[in-house]
Amino acid sequence: MTDPRRIRNFSIVAHIDHGKSTLADRLIQLTGTVAARDMKEQLLDAMDIERERGITIKANTVRIEYPAGDGETYILNLIDTPGHVDFAYEVSRSMQAVEGSLLVVDATQGVEAQTLANVYQAIDADHEIVPVLNKIDLPAADCDRVSEQIEDVIGIDATDAVQISAKTGLGIPDVLEAIVHRLPAPSGDRTAPLKAMLVDSWYDPYLGVVVLIRVIDGVIRKGDRITMMQTGAKYGIDKLAVLRPEMRDIPELGPGEIGILTASIKQVRDTRVGDTITHEKGGTTDPLPGFKPSQPVVFCGLFPVDSAEFEDLRDAIEKLALNDASFTSEMETSAALGFGFRCGFLGLLHLEVIRDRIEREYGIDLITTAPSVIYHVYMRDGAKIDLHNPADMPDLTHVDRLEEPRIKATILVPDEYLGDVLKLCQDRRGEQLDLTYAGSRAMVVYDLPLNEVVFDFYDRLKSVTKGYASFDYQMTGYRADNLVKMQVLVNEEPVDALAMMVHRDRAEMRGRAMVEKLKDLIPRHMFKIPIQAAIGGKVIARETLAALRKDVTAKCYGGDATRKKKLLEKQKAGKKKMRQFGKVDIPQEAFINALKMDG
Amino acid sequence: MAAEPWQAAGFGLYVHWPFCQSKCPYCDFNSHVAAAVDETAWRQALVSEVYRVGAELGRRPLTSIFFGGGTPSLMDAATVGAIVDAATEAFSPSNALETTLEANPSSVETGRFLGYRTAGVNRVSLGVQALDDTALRALGRLHTAAEARAALDIAMANFDRVSFDLIYARQHQSLSAWEAELAEALAVGTDHLSLYQLTIEPGTAFGERFARGRLRGLASDDLGAEMFEVTQAMTEAAGRPAYETSNHARSGAECMHNLIYWRSGDYAGIGPGAHGRITVGGQRVATEAARAPGAWLDAVRTRGSGEVLREGIPATEQLEERLMMGLRLVEGIGLDQLEGLDQDRVSQLRADGWIEPDKDRLRVTPAGRPLLNAVLRELLT
Ligand SMILES: Nc1nc2c(ncn2[C@@H]2O[C@H](COP(=O)(O)OP(=O)(O)OP(=O)(O)O)[C@@H](O)[C@H]2O)c(=O)[nH]1
Ligand code: SF4
Ligand SMILES: [Mg+2]
Repeated sequence: MTDPRRIRNFSIVAHIDHGKSTLADRLIQLTGTVAARDMKEQLLDAMDIERERGITIKANTVRIEYPAGDGETYILNLIDTPGHVDFAYEVSRSMQAVEGSLLVVDATQGVEAQTLANVYQAIDADHEIVPVLNKIDLPAADCDRVSEQIEDVIGIDATDAVQISAKTGLGIPDVLEAIVHRLPAPSGDRTAPLKAMLVDSWYDPYLGVVVLIRVIDGVIRKGDRITMMQTGAKYGIDKLAVLRPEMRDIPELGPGEIGILTASIKQVRDTRVGDTITHEKGGTTDPLPGFKPSQPVVFCGLFPVDSAEFEDLRDAIEKLALNDASFTSEMETSAALGFGFRCGFLGLLHLEVIRDRIEREYGIDLITTAPSVIYHVYMRDGAKIDLHNPADMPDLTHVDRLEEPRIKATILVPDEYLGDVLKLCQDRRGEQLDLTYAGSRAMVVYDLPLNEVVFDFYDRLKSVTKGYASFDYQMTGYRADNLVKMQVLVNEEPVDALAMMVHRDRAEMRGRAMVEKLKDLIPRHMFKIPIQAAIGGKVIARETLAALRKDVTAKCYGGDATRKKKLLEKQKAGKKKMRQFGKVDIPQEAFINALKMDG
Repeated sequence: MAAEPWQAAGFGLYVHWPFCQSKCPYCDFNSHVAAAVDETAWRQALVSEVYRVGAELGRRPLTSIFFGGGTPSLMDAATVGAIVDAATEAFSPSNALETTLEANPSSVETGRFLGYRTAGVNRVSLGVQALDDTALRALGRLHTAAEARAALDIAMANFDRVSFDLIYARQHQSLSAWEAELAEALAVGTDHLSLYQLTIEPGTAFGERFARGRLRGLASDDLGAEMFEVTQAMTEAAGRPAYETSNHARSGAECMHNLIYWRSGDYAGIGPGAHGRITVGGQRVATEAARAPGAWLDAVRTRGSGEVLREGIPATEQLEERLMMGLRLVEGIGLDQLEGLDQDRVSQLRADGWIEPDKDRLRVTPAGRPLLNAVLRELLT
């Protein structure tokens, strides 16, 4: 049990890649938390996908001990958070568990879109904020300019910003002192009934469900009987530990402390992040407000390339969902693709990560259909339908109106690319809300339909700005618009997996782009194939894929029989990766690539 | 019950000579450029291989011998003679034994033609490839068009049966240029012609240039298709119609040896990298010899056999091979030899006009011939 006055809890937040995890490494290293021989770069990014992509996906907590300049030893609980917008939820709930934030800004890049988004969240959470300018070892670092930006754009004082290089370790002692002296100690009443926040939970193959908690009031001990106030579930505590970052058992945790517990909880789904944990007997009657649950916003179909692997896919999805409450799935059948799942994700990166894991960890080849959002369909009879899949769009004659989700997008971009960014947003049906300048950079705020953003907006943004723009968004609500379902017919047959919702005014353009793409993606067959886009019964775009005219091996003698057979085997394998539509074989990549827009 | 193809289609001996004077940029055959070849050693090794397979197959009746390569016309006539003699002794040659030798049309090689005839060769196949000097250079060939014509004259004077190869759909070749060249070729008057569309194979010089985007002026699919059609029409009009995808002959002048391959007959293959298909104790097996010339020679000398692979061919694969090889022939395949074929797929292909409606044979229609690989995919995948 530690005196709360000797505790500091904080999150490290920043735009993606500004060096949060590297700073966490240095803090861990300098305080001797991890032995030198066990140290490695971005130590806390333990998942394969995190290490491979060099990004943080899951927030991570570490407890370190720091003997400060004032002669006292402090307990520091740091939470390293992800920078990517898809995982913004991890940041927001981490912030609920701590009193302060280190705001890391790459001194060569300056303030970016997620820097802003994170600062606003930290301010909302009543955090003390310590600005940290990182990467000052690089010649392009410009601390004065970036400090000025922090003051102008964010409006917080940057005169005491700590200048560091997380890579070389320069300035790290100053960060530690700033944590101790500038961040507040937690408050809390040791004698009050137990009140602890359920911050996060995950599945550990050896321990079962592990719950990360932050004690607000009271004391929690191993063996205690506890209640989760929202779910009403009751458990006995099997294990209580702190993370260093590996688990180190501890007999009790008091106010201001952060640690984990296990309690024979079967599934991650049995826990609610933001829930209040108290004692079964004599507990608090005053629960914490809880967190807003994370909602999947992007949906797509995942189908096994080899339909025999459907059960394996079900298994993989169930296992992944065990550990990721924001990933949802339900079974889906498609005339085109057979049996699969309609899955919900926090964003495209989240989608990519899950898809990668299924393909790699479970060895299943997947067909991914175009991402879609949830439309609200209001029926004439007053019913409301949440439409996750364009293929399920009800007959228009019964529909009163359709609403689509909108977002508020914030884009920071160097002046010279502003024109291209405005055009891109305009093309995607955006409405400008704000345009301000900070030095040579513009900050544009747009109201955009989410459906125009989920697919390739971010890729386009990166390409028109050569990677110099940053982007962040929040859902704002639903709005009615003139939306229609566009179908694609290949050889006169509708392909349900290619159906999509589009704005009526953009339908011709999208339809044309789609049939042109498909014409390149579908291999020539022995007959010519009409490819059409249609709304209702009306064809709005059409291309014809010419018939194959020549495909014959010129030479084939005695020695070639074996070789030709190998070729045939390859073709058989290739055919498995295609889907048959009537007489037409469509390659799996076509389902996602057909949607990519070049403009 | 119908005779199995291996009983009905004859039996051939393939002899591979792996050396060439230089490597052609389009060629993916097992051919090597060697500074010096110890021909006596090679002669002994090849002769010993002939005796080895002859003993295994019990002096089977022999329909044909084929010297392929590489460039077999770099062999001494004495080497050819020794191998032919060994084959005549190790097998039971038929009265009409066909003995073919592939030759390049350089003057050195044509000088050996008389010797080859004396050694028992009765058919030559000349690697002419083009009747145009610029094209010949682009194909990396060492001869000129004039030398090719001279070689054809000498060949026709020495042998009753002469064939030659041309490659078309070459870089920058127009449809009319090919028509003119083919007319010239037909006017030479051989009974047999092999006409191949240029194919870019991986692992060749052309293949690498192609991968780097450096091989310009290749025929589009559409142009290739038109050239193929013109080739069918012109050879037919000249009395030498296609009897196989790329082979054209007057009736009766077809290459008996190659017909064995396409009719899924038995053949023994000797020499580096040679493949064989033989039936031993009722089971059809595939054989393969060591590919590298040095390794092959060592294997024959030390182990008494150049063969490095022998495996049974399961029934389903035999059916696949029969279709892949047999549908190349205009005559097609007897349906009695195609047990296990998916009849629904055949019916569909018939309905779509790719397969002839014959009751007892499976034959690709003229429209289907340029799309044979697609037809096979429909049948087999
Ligand atoms: N030169 C230099 N590079 C740094 C410094 N700090 C971090 N980096 C590099 O910047 C890249 C991103 O660092 P991370 O620590 O993974 O960044 P992050 O903010 O945790 O990234 P996300 O978790 O994906 O948002 C890595 O290649 C680091 O090596 C620094 O002080 N100097
Ligand atoms: S001569 Fe024939 S075998 Fe030799 S490299 Fe040229 S094409 Fe190939
Ligand atoms: Mg990180």
